[in-house]
Amino acid sequence: MNGHLEALGREALRVQGVRKSFGKRGAGKEVLGGLSLTVADGEFVSIVGPSGSGKTTLFKVIGGLERPSEGDVRIGGKLTTGERGHISYMPQQSALLPWLTVAGNIELSLAISGVDRRAAKEKTNEWLERIGLQEYADAYPRVLSGGMLQRVSFLRALLAPQRLMLLDEPFGALDALTRLQMQQWLMSIWEQNRRSVLLVTHSIEEALLLSDRILVLSSSPAVVREEFTVPFGRPRSEALWTDPRFNELKQRIYGLLKADMEEGE
Amino acid sequence: MASKKGFLAKAWPPIAVLAGLLACWQAAVTLGGVADWLLPSPLAIVQEAARVWPRLMEHTEATVRLTLAGFAGGSAAGFVLAALLHLIPGLRTGAYPLLVLSQNVPVIAIAPILTMLLGYGFLPKVLLLMVVCFFPVTVATLGGLSSPDPQLRHYFQMIGIGKWQMFWRVELPHAIVHLFSGLKISASYSVLSAIVAEWLGTNKGLGAFMLLSFKGFMPDRGYAAVFVIVALSLALFGLVVLAERCFIRWQPEKEAGKE
Ligand SMILES: Nc1ncnc2c1ncn2[C@@H]1O[C@H](COP(=O)(O)OP(=O)(O)O)[C@@H](O)[C@H]1O
Ligand SMILES: [Mg+2]
Repeated sequence: MNGHLEALGREALRVQGVRKSFGKRGAGKEVLGGLSLTVADGEFVSIVGPSGSGKTTLFKVIGGLERPSEGDVRIGGKLTTGERGHISYMPQQSALLPWLTVAGNIELSLAISGVDRRAAKEKTNEWLERIGLQEYADAYPRVLSGGMLQRVSFLRALLAPQRLMLLDEPFGALDALTRLQMQQWLMSIWEQNRRSVLLVTHSIEEALLLSDRILVLSSSPAVVREEFTVPFGRPRSEALWTDPRFNELKQRIYGLLKADMEEGE
Repeated sequence: MASKKGFLAKAWPPIAVLAGLLACWQAAVTLGGVADWLLPSPLAIVQEAARVWPRLMEHTEATVRLTLAGFAGGSAAGFVLAALLHLIPGLRTGAYPLLVLSQNVPVIAIAPILTMLLGYGFLPKVLLLMVVCFFPVTVATLGGLSSPDPQLRHYFQMIGIGKWQMFWRVELPHAIVHLFSGLKISASYSVLSAIVAEWLGTNKGLGAFMLLSFKGFMPDRGYAAVFVIVALSLALFGLVVLAERCFIRWQPEKEAGKE
């Protein structure tokens, strides 16, 4: 009943008081320390935090790969703690199967996400054409560049019917220039096809450029230390970088992360 | 086109070496370095092969039948076993040492037991071959099933793949490359094992034919059988390599170049 009400409030994700420890019977180091966050439907939320702070662990909890020792996960208003199959996902490494073609890879993921074969094929063709990769539809992943692989990987996540996308440092392995191009590209596609997104990134600029809201994580154990609403309208462009508010926000977030690292030492 | 050319370029050096060896051998025997009752000349062997050709082919057919049955059966069994060991939790750690043990028992020791239980027919020989052939396939496939990139596994788990789909879509295709290395080893063992199996009281097959020829002081006939055996081994191995090429189109060229 509660879940129904929340769905009406159009909430894509609610993580509530999630704790997670590893080690013997969960008695080891606590990685997530009662972490709470929400993502509204159609909202783009970024998480920045020191590496090793538990961002991937949080994603595993949301994806149902790890059960939290305490706390709940609700996706689309439904309690899904420990359940898989409610999200779409884009990892840092593109994770395309080398023995399937580009189109084959996308179609397989869609099939796993519950799309029927014919619809998956149509959608894949249509979108590969739309992003200008139709000539690679029948190519194997090894012939694609890093940037192209991540485009395919993003497309695969975007086309899945799940409303919530988790992106775990999707551009972390790319060179700086490609990374900039990819951010622009992702933003333009996302602005035309709004989905609920939770993005993990190391780059404060990336978070500022892409998101509606930024959550700064503290480490050991991870909780949301502070939350920033990004005040820029859409569509956005690199012109943002010259905006004084951009730099001010960047400085504040950087200061928080730095303080966290110094505390840790 | 390009691959055909590449094949020729790769094939001619070993062929040249082989031709050179045969020439030396021929010369050694003709010039009287070696007694021809001990080692007949290649030419004499080929002449003898031509003379007894129909009979030689009859025995070859029997050996081929045995080899293929044993190789196919053993590989299939090895593959299924690998899948079971992989899919049933705990079975792998429990059964793996036993598998290794099964390979430490010499074929010569298993053979009489099989003959005692099952007689001198086709079945015990096929079983013997299967015992030899299954192991490389099991070990290679098992290694392949458990070694896909952890990142791939993680991605598919995140999007909610089930255990069966993980097996069919991720682990099994990944294991195919490994399966083929196992098949190549099995293929090279299988013809020789068939020959050994045919020594066990039978009058059919190249193994029996060879044994009888040597015992009857007809070394040229015996060596004719040996030639055919070598050709069979190469052919079976080549067949596996060919199947691999057809199956694994996606592999980078450098992998194929390693052969
Ligand atoms: N399966 C696990 N067992 C034990 N410790 C783990 C496990 N997974 C993650 N950790 C620990 O949790 C912490 C957070 O890891 P992770 O979520 O990968 O961080 P991030 O993604 O923010 O870099 C690390 O200190 C890591 O060692
Ligand atoms: Mg991580």
